[in-house]
Amino acid sequence: MQISYFEDEKKVVVKIVGELDESASNVAKQELDYILNSTNKKALVFDMARMSFMDSTGIGVLIGRYKIAKKLGIALYVKNLSKTVDKLFYMSGLYEIMTKLENDNEI
Amino acid sequence: MKFNNEMTLTVKALSQNEAFARSVASAFFAQLNPTVEQLEDFKTAVSEAVTNSVVHAYEKSGGTIELWAGLTDNAIYIKIKDRGVGIDDVSKAMQPFLTTGQERSGMGFTVMQAFTDKLEVESAKGYTCVSMVKYANVEN
Repeated sequence: MQISYFEDEKKVVVKIVGELDESASNVAKQELDYILNSTNKKALVFDMARMSFMDSTGIGVLIGRYKIAKKLGIALYVKNLSKTVDKLFYMSGLYEIMTKLENDNEI
Repeated sequence: MKFNNEMTLTVKALSQNEAFARSVASAFFAQLNPTVEQLEDFKTAVSEAVTNSVVHAYEKSGGTIELWAGLTDNAIYIKIKDRGVGIDDVSKAMQPFLTTGQERSGMGFTVMQAFTDKLEVESAKGYTCVSMVKYANVEN
């Protein structure tokens, strides 16, 4: 798994590439915490177009990051999920803490 | 039950084997021509069971995880076993959001249940076996 990010005037976009599972979870937490703590944007978009796999360990990682984002006043968004990961998001209530985007113009 | 094909895989209970184990299991299921979504759902369910064994079964002592899978004409049967500490109360462990902490979601069994057609969990001291069945419908 690899994480990259870029910022525009309004938001930081974080791309998760590869497989977000238990073996990748510690690195994912560290890198996402760094991005959250170093940005001055108030919106963060997870772009999952190139995430090839995620399981419930990934849910735990994202819920943990939400707690940090909330303290920092950063709103979370997500886009480009596979059908399976979309179901995981519904099942776990992740859509109650981050908004699904159909395109970037929404924020 | 008579199977057309079977496989077994034994791996050390290590994080870096989670991707290997779920990939092997889903590649085997691919012989039945499931839809992309069925294949991904199955792979996710296997990952949950294997991750449980890696994270919870062995503490520091280490051990192995055994996967067995059998194919019928339209379904995969899979058993994922470890010889670790066992689950004290299976029905309690299967409740959503019950977690041992460390930012884990507590959704593992809920995901297995939702992403397969049948789930059974047997456990005693020194043994846990998760059995799942997933049907494949050929994509039209």
